Amino acid sequence: MIHSNSVPVLTVQGLRASINGTEILKGIDLTVKSGEIHAIMGLNGSGKSTFAKVLAGHSAYEVTGGSVQFEGKDLLELPPEERARAGLFLAFQYPIEIPGVANTQFLRLAYNTVQTQRGREELDPLEFDDFVREKMKLLDMKSDFLDRSVNEGFSGGEKKRNEILQMALLEPKLSILDETDSGLDIDALKIVAQGVNQIANKDNAMILVTHYQRLLDYIVPDYVHVMQAGRIVMTGGKELALELETRGYDWITENKSSTTGAIA
Amino acid sequence: MTELPHANYLAGLLKSWSGKPVRPLSWLNDLRARAIDRVSQQALPTKRDEEWRFTDISTLTHLPYLPSRPETHLQRHDIDHLFLSEARIRLVFVDGYFQQQLSTIQNSDDLIIGNLPDFSASHSSILESHLTQYAAFDHNIFAALNTAFLRDGALLIIPKNTTIADPIHLLFIATQPEVTSYTRCLLIGEAGSNVTLVEEYAALEQFAYINNSVTEIALAANAQANHIRIQRESKQAFHLANCSVALAHASRYLSTSISLGSQISRYNLDIRLAEEAAECSVDGLALISDNQLADTHTCIDHVKPNGTSHQQHKCIVDGSAHAVFNGKIIVRPHAQRTNSSQSSRNLLLSKTAQIDTKPQLEIFADDVKCAHGATVGQLDPEEIFYLKSRGLSELSARNLLTFAFGAEIISRISIPSLRQQLEQAVLNQTQSN
Ligand SMILES: Nc1ncnc2c1ncn2[C@@H]1O[C@H](COP(=O)(O)OP(=O)(O)OP(=O)(O)O)[C@@H](O)[C@H]1O
Ligand SMILES: [Mg+2]
Repeated sequence: MIHSNSVPVLTVQGLRASINGTEILKGIDLTVKSGEIHAIMGLNGSGKSTFAKVLAGHSAYEVTGGSVQFEGKDLLELPPEERARAGLFLAFQYPIEIPGVANTQFLRLAYNTVQTQRGREELDPLEFDDFVREKMKLLDMKSDFLDRSVNEGFSGGEKKRNEILQMALLEPKLSILDETDSGLDIDALKIVAQGVNQIANKDNAMILVTHYQRLLDYIVPDYVHVMQAGRIVMTGGKELALELETRGYDWITENKSSTTGAIA
Repeated sequence: MTELPHANYLAGLLKSWSGKPVRPLSWLNDLRARAIDRVSQQALPTKRDEEWRFTDISTLTHLPYLPSRPETHLQRHDIDHLFLSEARIRLVFVDGYFQQQLSTIQNSDDLIIGNLPDFSASHSSILESHLTQYAAFDHNIFAALNTAFLRDGALLIIPKNTTIADPIHLLFIATQPEVTSYTRCLLIGEAGSNVTLVEEYAALEQFAYINNSVTEIALAANAQANHIRIQRESKQAFHLANCSVALAHASRYLSTSISLGSQISRYNLDIRLAEEAAECSVDGLALISDNQLADTHTCIDHVKPNGTSHQQHKCIVDGSAHAVFNGKIIVRPHAQRTNSSQSSRNLLLSKTAQIDTKPQLEIFADDVKCAHGATVGQLDPEEIFYLKSRGLSELSARNLLTFAFGAEIISRISIPSLRQQLEQAVLNQTQSN
């Protein structure tokens, strides 16, 4: 929801980043205020995940220009764990499997770390167990996920749900969901969307990276951005997603480069 | 010359051997005499021996450790922290000698769990047909020494179609410094039997000694054994162990061996899938630091068709420690439709840590499925990033992943209290950095 008096959570200006000497992000500008939901769409390889991982602090990417303010802090100065503790959360496009680390142990460690940071009480294993089971109900997750290793052998959809569970536990200020909807069946999509909607409120914000309009039927964005070759080249309201769904992305390039095209 | 100290060393050992009968039993004494004869015809291995390429045991030759003495003052309360609540049957050996007062044994008509010499008369024919039949000592000097000095040992005979519900704990405790202990186990699983065995080596203090252990396991048709082996000797100890397993038709052998202690440890595990449709699963974990060396040599020998073997061996190596894994898999010409997999995964936690891992496949049948792989690496940066992105510090992310690397093997141990003990041991080690 757009509120006239809301404050910026994230301010990205001219962000450039490269990996192994190849520049992927070529000057991104984006402002996200509290209470807002932003969608980022764009062709494969346009740099959406790179943007998300640069925000989360992945060390493989080198930031070569620009600035990122997060909650009044210089985000780029912080190591990844400090970013997470400050309230930034990335639901990964490809959540990694960590054999041997019990999901419950991992979730509790993460939860308690973030709680401590916020000056709140830690939960012991029993208390945490009750707490996490409640959250899992919201996402219709079977409780045996707790005893299994983090994401190990989880189906694609189960991994995505586990990401949303972490988001629900950590109560981030800004959540970036990188294609959380990909690979979800329609029931799972509804459940995940419901979970996201329950978490979203006027004090936090979300960035949804997606290829599909259907997610946006359930989570209604305030803004839709189009990313192309490492830049946000167009911004509109939720209708832009519908237009992209029917027309594809070519017309955007066309508009900009004014070459002739065959798309009606 | 290196031959000289070796020769002296063996001469010293031979001198300490007493030919006097332990019990007036000719067959056991004959065996001992044959073994000592074999000792005198062999030499200690050096790094020039292919099988000992990475493991230098020349230090041993400077340690003329005499055989341990039978007397002990150990009381129950000295060692009860090592007991497993799930294991009601327990055999305790102190410096290789059986301690009745610390043990709880169980014998019925056919079920036998006790000290080997107690049964050498009453069960001589079954013992003669198994003892040293699997751990042959003709070409293995440590097995020969063990047999030559054979006195006490754990004997388990699990009768036909009998399942022993609770795990059986064999606890070998070292208390005497600068001695050599010879420990021995024999498990005979009759047809259709099922047993869980914990073979554990522990020390109460940190000093040097040598432990030479031999375990033999024979499983008859459809029998199953779950063999959990824990080596947490003193960090100065030398642990030289041989375990030989023979599997009959459709029998199953599940092995989990954890290696934490010893200055130098060597574990040879030989499994022979002697008949059709036998199955084994072999998991190992070595977690070492400082100047420890842990060497595991396994040989899984598929002799007959339709056998299955799955092996996963892991090493976590810190400090200037050195881990060795040599995993041989033989698929003999008749062993068609063998399904075998082997994975060796190794984690180096420091720049001075060292790993030598070598899969060795010798496949002579054509219709087989054989997968194997070996990795040596540091912690996965993507995994570290994932954990940090959830707020964990670099250090706690690393500790968690190191722990997890080992816990994957430990989690396969079916005994909760033992699993917890080991998890704690791994935690202590990973968090001491
Ligand atoms: N290690 C690397 N070296 C070189 N190029 C890389 C590397 N990693 C990613 N890239 C490139 O960066 C570009 C952006 O990738 P990114 O994953 O951000 O795209 P995306 O917009 O998320 O695509 P998708 O919709 O398929 O998820 C791609 O062209 C990719 O090939
Ligand atoms: Mg992507």
